[in-house]
Amino acid sequence: MPTAEEIKQRIEAAIPGAQAEVEDYTGGGDHFRATVLSPAFAGRSRIEQHKLVYGVFGDEIGGAIHALSLKTQTPQEPGVPHAEGQAIAGGEQHAAAAT
Amino acid sequence: MSDTESNPIRDAIAEAIAEHDTILFMKGTPEAPACGFSARTVAMLQSLEAPFAAVDILPDPRIRQELSAISGWPTIPQLFVGGELVGGCDILTEMYESGELAETLGLDERESGPAEPVANGVQSSGLTQIENRLG
Repeated sequence: MPTAEEIKQRIEAAIPGAQAEVEDYTGGGDHFRATVLSPAFAGRSRIEQHKLVYGVFGDEIGGAIHALSLKTQTPQEPGVPHAEGQAIAGGEQHAAAAT
Repeated sequence: MSDTESNPIRDAIAEAIAEHDTILFMKGTPEAPACGFSARTVAMLQSLEAPFAAVDILPDPRIRQELSAISGWPTIPQLFVGGELVGGCDILTEMYESGELAETLGLDERESGPAEPVANGVQSSGLTQIENRLG
């Protein structure tokens, strides 16, 4: 059965730019909770984001990995002007740049 | 379709998803959930007073297998609204907390007509027959 550390490494290896925190929350080696941040999630629905992570493990989900609870996010980096979904606060800047 | 081998379980699942506006595939029943994730999902739906049909996937491992083949989703529970997969427990919990779940279920504009009672098992023939046959 995988360890939390292995799960973390597999997610990070498979999903571009991913940072994962994985916890074995029962201590029994088969119920995990993972929070995954990755720019690869941008523009995707939650379902698609979770499918990306589940896809790393294939048939193991429900088998050796009895449960894998997920929280997925795109990294919120302040000061990144083109971040997906970020409200365009600098409207004036856009207008100026368009000239 | 030249495939003469029928897949009655897959057909029954697809039919149930199409027939019911809100349908939850879970372990156990709403009255007696068999796993914590299913229990939590039921509790959220019930706290929103959302009508939903429920299918217990435990009686036959093929139900879960065929369901995952249809939805592309590996875990239970799975909630479908309007024929589409909305998510499993994690996604539904996020949506519940943000208010999106109520919105997706159309609860903001709930009509005053009679609500479909929370079903203990799907009333559509296929899956109920399968469960009864194996029960």
